[in-house]
Amino acid sequence: MQIYLPIAEVSVNALLLLGLGGLVGVLSGMFGVGGGFLLTPMLFFIGIPPAVAVATEANQIVASSFSGVLAHLRRKTVDIKMGLVLQVGGLIGAFLGIQLFNYLKALGQVDLLVKLSYVIFLGIVGGLMFIESVRALMKTRGGQTVPTRRRHNWVHNLPIKMKFRASGLYISAIPPLMVGVLVGILAAIMGVGGGFIMVPAMIYILGMPTKVVVGTSLFQIILTTAFTTMMHATTNYTVDVALAVLLLIGGVIGAQIGTRIGVKMKAEQLRVLLAMMVLAVCIKLGLDLLIMPSELYSIGAGGH
Amino acid sequence: MNRLFQLLAALFTFALPIQAQAEDIVAGLSQNAVQITATFVGSEILIFGAVKRDAPAPEGDLGVVIVVEGPSHEITVRRKERRMGIWVNTDSVEVQRAPSFYAIATSGPFNEVINQDVDGAMHISIPESIRIFQSEQVDDPENFAKAVIRIREDAGLYAMNEGAVHVTDNTLFDTRVQLPANLTEGAYKARIFLARGGEIIASHTADIEVSKVGIERWLYNLAHEQALIYGLMSLAIAIAAGWGASTFFRFVLRS
Repeated sequence: MQIYLPIAEVSVNALLLLGLGGLVGVLSGMFGVGGGFLLTPMLFFIGIPPAVAVATEANQIVASSFSGVLAHLRRKTVDIKMGLVLQVGGLIGAFLGIQLFNYLKALGQVDLLVKLSYVIFLGIVGGLMFIESVRALMKTRGGQTVPTRRRHNWVHNLPIKMKFRASGLYISAIPPLMVGVLVGILAAIMGVGGGFIMVPAMIYILGMPTKVVVGTSLFQIILTTAFTTMMHATTNYTVDVALAVLLLIGGVIGAQIGTRIGVKMKAEQLRVLLAMMVLAVCIKLGLDLLIMPSELYSIGAGGH
Repeated sequence: MNRLFQLLAALFTFALPIQAQAEDIVAGLSQNAVQITATFVGSEILIFGAVKRDAPAPEGDLGVVIVVEGPSHEITVRRKERRMGIWVNTDSVEVQRAPSFYAIATSGPFNEVINQDVDGAMHISIPESIRIFQSEQVDDPENFAKAVIRIREDAGLYAMNEGAVHVTDNTLFDTRVQLPANLTEGAYKARIFLARGGEIIASHTADIEVSKVGIERWLYNLAHEQALIYGLMSLAIAIAAGWGASTFFRFVLRS
């Protein structure tokens, strides 16, 4: 079934978009990531103009994250307080990130630098996480129960302590703020939601339980992407609501399914899969840089 | 006053001998307005016509070239290059004029119907339809123009169909032009050229208006004129859908 999109100005297969939205929704519900990394290249491939793809995705992610958060809220696996602290950090980070981006752009070759650092960053995070979670998984297979680690590192010795009940943590507000700032900066530079970096950071730096991490990540993604949607809609006019509706119908259903799968899995299994996904994205981005593209030229909008 | 008028009349008849040509075009289009609806999957326009003559047809074959052209936009073309082992965008060229759609149909091989000088003057063939800014940064702007043509041909937006115009008895002609589903709206134009011996002897232009209608029109206008409301509407749909799916699943799984 073909549908002509009013803003993107292309005709697309509606069923394909429903399926695509569903797939991304499942990942979103399971891992607490937005899924933009996966959706962006796929939408490009279908022929949606990049600017429209990026803006519309933000709107679709609002829907699937909201759907996922409601499912997590019912299971009490959302740490709203933590989410809000991360959000504050994220906003500061986004602001700083945009400044940094413009500064790098003025220097030239920002594209290369950003992509390279992102590939290296994802590779390290994904790799470490993969090793850690596989080890944890092997220990549980061996019959031993993994002791819940209460690591006391520098994170726990800072002032302004706050109680995060859902996460079972009593830590300083400074680390979550810093994580938020870091993710915000990366998100602004890379133009991605940052769920990818947020989830491992919450598990390993803040020491939050894996189950709570997914819901909390989704919670903070909603606010970020809602803001992004409004920015794109009012400044670039690139949000295609027809495309968004097709994607989000699949997305909200997928998120419900994903959440249910996620709950049934062990924390270690979830981390292994997440690590594999992070590595897959890293490899994909790396290959894009290394392999000669089939078409060296690309057409962009005029003006500049 | 009277003398001035006579002078003007004399100038007019002298300067425009083409008006008194022996052959002229009478043409029609199956539709001169294309409406893009939500289920638009492309369209086809039948362009037909006849050659009107005051005298018997001259010797030689009649050539017909029909061009359907979309609105032109300024675009930027970027090229990737390998730097330190990595593929990145390096050079870019501003293209001043590149039609969003360009389809040519001819009655025979293009180079035989219209000679190169005429093509250069009248901007008929696909390469002639693209105009590039003079660029100091790039040594080979022609490669960028070729890339635009290649990319748009792959997308079905540029097409050259030699032999697609049927000419009957050196008088009647017709062709069908396919408009793809990824059409953008705007003022389109159909140009018809009659040629003999590589020279154009008559031409005719017809307008085709391509526009969005119905919900497509409404959404497009809302997005551009009431951006804030449109953005809030998009968010409201997202939140409602998220809540709807969550509620639905809860009831389905409980019952």
